[in-house]
This record gives sequence, structure tokens and C-alpha cells, in this order.
Amino acid sequence: MQMAADPIHQFQIVNLFPVVKIGNSEIAFTNSAAFMLIAVGGIVAFLLAATSRRAVVPGRMQSVAELSYEFVANTINSTAGKEGMKFFPFVFSLFMFILVANLVGLIPYTFTVTSHIIVTAALALSVFLTVLVYGFWKNGLHFFNLFVPKGIPIYILPLIVFIEVLSFLSRPISHSVRLFANMLAGHITLKVFASFITLLGGLGIAGMAGAVLPLALVVALTALELLVAFLQAYVFAILTCIYLNDAIHPGH
Amino acid sequence: MATTTATTEHPAGQKPPFPPFNAETYASQLFWLAICFTFLLVMMWKVALPRIGGIIDTRLKRVSDDLADAGKLKAQSDAAIADYEKALADARAGAQAIANQTRDTQAAATETRRKALEAELNVKLAEAEKTIAASKTAAMLNVRGIAADTTKAIVERLIGKVPADAAVDAAVSEALKG
Repeated sequence: MQMAADPIHQFQIVNLFPVVKIGNSEIAFTNSAAFMLIAVGGIVAFLLAATSRRAVVPGRMQSVAELSYEFVANTINSTAGKEGMKFFPFVFSLFMFILVANLVGLIPYTFTVTSHIIVTAALALSVFLTVLVYGFWKNGLHFFNLFVPKGIPIYILPLIVFIEVLSFLSRPISHSVRLFANMLAGHITLKVFASFITLLGGLGIAGMAGAVLPLALVVALTALELLVAFLQAYVFAILTCIYLNDAIHPGH
Repeated sequence: MATTTATTEHPAGQKPPFPPFNAETYASQLFWLAICFTFLLVMMWKVALPRIGGIIDTRLKRVSDDLADAGKLKAQSDAAIADYEKALADARAGAQAIANQTRDTQAAATETRRKALEAELNVKLAEAEKTIAASKTAAMLNVRGIAADTTKAIVERLIGKVPADAAVDAAVSEALKG
């Protein structure tokens, strides 16, 4: 009872069985790993099954697969242009992984992979490093033009460059914390309101009547969280596209 | 469950850290994230996305091919309609020409026949007039003879003497003139 009421418990990492020990850190198969596998396996199985018939007139499943493909492709095209399509598999994988992990996490008794800062930070850093590596590989030292906007008076240029560098370096932080905090806060809110229902329900008839309000709130919050799950995946993907666009076209 | 994690990972009495900030779990999470995300990336890159892209491209090509075929067929039918209308117009013009020609020919033929008839009638009329004139002349000559004979007979009865022919003729002529 006390367990169910603890809104933090749902984020607990549980070691299911140890795998290897590298140095001091033990690598274990955890509930988080299990849900990562479920998300990835679900995405791959769905996309392959949905497109197995390669129908010219798509069925429902194939329509969903094509819709997700075209949605991400349009997002890249509109933010990073044709050249951004080089990163289509990367952005698509990010979008689908985050979306499915968020949605699976909304199912009761599941674990939300994206509610851990280390996961979102790793994803954001992979984007950041991709931007850095591709930016320098493609543009060489011209990549630094990113920090020097054109048409700025020379006397405030140092300040502007400082701000630009700072904002560039803070990107992986905001990129990862946005997703992490949204998922964490949403799940805590859901849990808190849900625990009100059981709390009030235990107080007899009057309590049960009073529990209707948090129940309605939980229903509404669940709908909101579904929207947030999609929206955060989309925001993560579109920010990835915008950052990649800087690597492709560093001039302001 | 909270007790199990608390006892296994943390000494009793110490509150367990907030799970997302528990660094002990980071290595495992990163390890599995790397494996899962790399697998997902490779599957999307090499299998799923080329397949979906292929399906969409095939459909676009099919649609554009069908549209091109439809356009070709439409052009053909337009050409057929144009040919048909041209043939119709030609036929109309031909019929008009034939009708005009026939009318002209018939009008000309009628005109010719009318003229021939008129000429014939004119000839007959002239002959008839000539006959009438001849009959009239003959009749007038007869009238003169009769008048002279009558005059001679009347004068003989009145004066008992046959008058001279010349006098009678002069008198008759005078009378006829009057």
C-alpha cells in the first residue's frame, strides 16, 4: 500500500540478472533494458510486418508505417533540406524510439525508458557529436562560422560569439532535460492523482464520491500524457533536424 | 520492493537516491541503450526505411505512369474527335457543293429550253403575222375590185353609160382614201 503510493517508485531500476562486470561497474539486465528491447523489437517487428506485403494500395498497418516515414521525412526536408535526408535513418530511429518508449511507458505497470536522464542525455549527446563530427568533416574550419553571425558590428562581436558558443554547448543539456523532465513530471503527476483515488476510496462512501474528481483528472491527464508522449518525440526529432541543419549549412 | 533495493544497494537507514540520478544504474542503462539503439538504427537504415521508401516510390511511379497513359489516350481520343469533325465538315461542304451545282445546272437547262421555246414561238408569231398581212392585202385588193365593179354598175344604171375604167379607179381610190 505504501509502495503504490510512492510516486517515485515507478522510476526504480531493478536489476533482473547480471551480465558482465566491466571495471567497477556491474552491467546488469534491468527492467529498463527489458523495455528498451520491447520498444525496439516492437518498432522493428511492426514496420517489417506492416510492409511485408509491399502493397500498392496500403492496408491500415502499412498506412501507419508509411505515415511515420513521410512524417519524419517531411520534418527533415522542411528544417534541414534535401541534404538532411542523409540523416533520415538516424532521425527516424530517434523519433520512433522515443515515441514508442514514451507510449509504452504510459501503460500501467510498465517502465518509462525516457524518464531517465542518462538515456535522454545519451541520445542528445549522440546528436551533438553527430553535429560536431559531420560539421567539421564537411565544412572544416568554416564550421566556426556557426558562431559568427553576419552583419554584426565588430565591437559587440566577441559578446555575440561567446553567447553563440554557450548556446551551442548547452544544446545537449536542454535537448535531453526537456524530454526527461516532461516524462518524469507527467508520470509523477499521474501517479500522485491516481494515489488520491485509492486514498479517498478507502475512506468510505463520502471518500468514494470525492474520488471521482481525481479519477476524472487522471483520465484527462492520461490523454494529455498521450499528447506529450508524441509531442516530446516530435520536439526531440525536430530539434535534431535543426541542429543537423547547422552542421550542413553553418552560415547563418 | 523498495526494501529490497534499499537493502541490496544501500545501507539501512540511508535514503535511496532519486532513481534517475542514481549513478550506479548508468552503466547498465547506457550499455543496453547502445545495443538497442544501434540495432534499431541498423534495422531502420538497412531494411525498414529502404523498403517503405521503395513502396512509396513504386506507387508514385505507378501513378505517374497511369497519368501519362491516360494523357496519351486522351490525346488519341481528341485526335479521333477532330478527325471525325473534319470529315463531317468536309461531307457537309461536299453536299452543299453538289446541291449548288445541281441547282445551277437545272436552272441553266430550264433557261435554255425557255429561250428555245420563245424563239420558236416568235418565229410562229412572225409567220402568222405575215399570213394575216397577206390575207389583209389580198382582201383589200378584192374589196377594191368589188368597189370598182359596183361603182361601174351603179354609174351605168344611173346614166346608162359604162364609165371609163380610169375614172372609176380614181373615184374608188378617192373614196377609199376618205
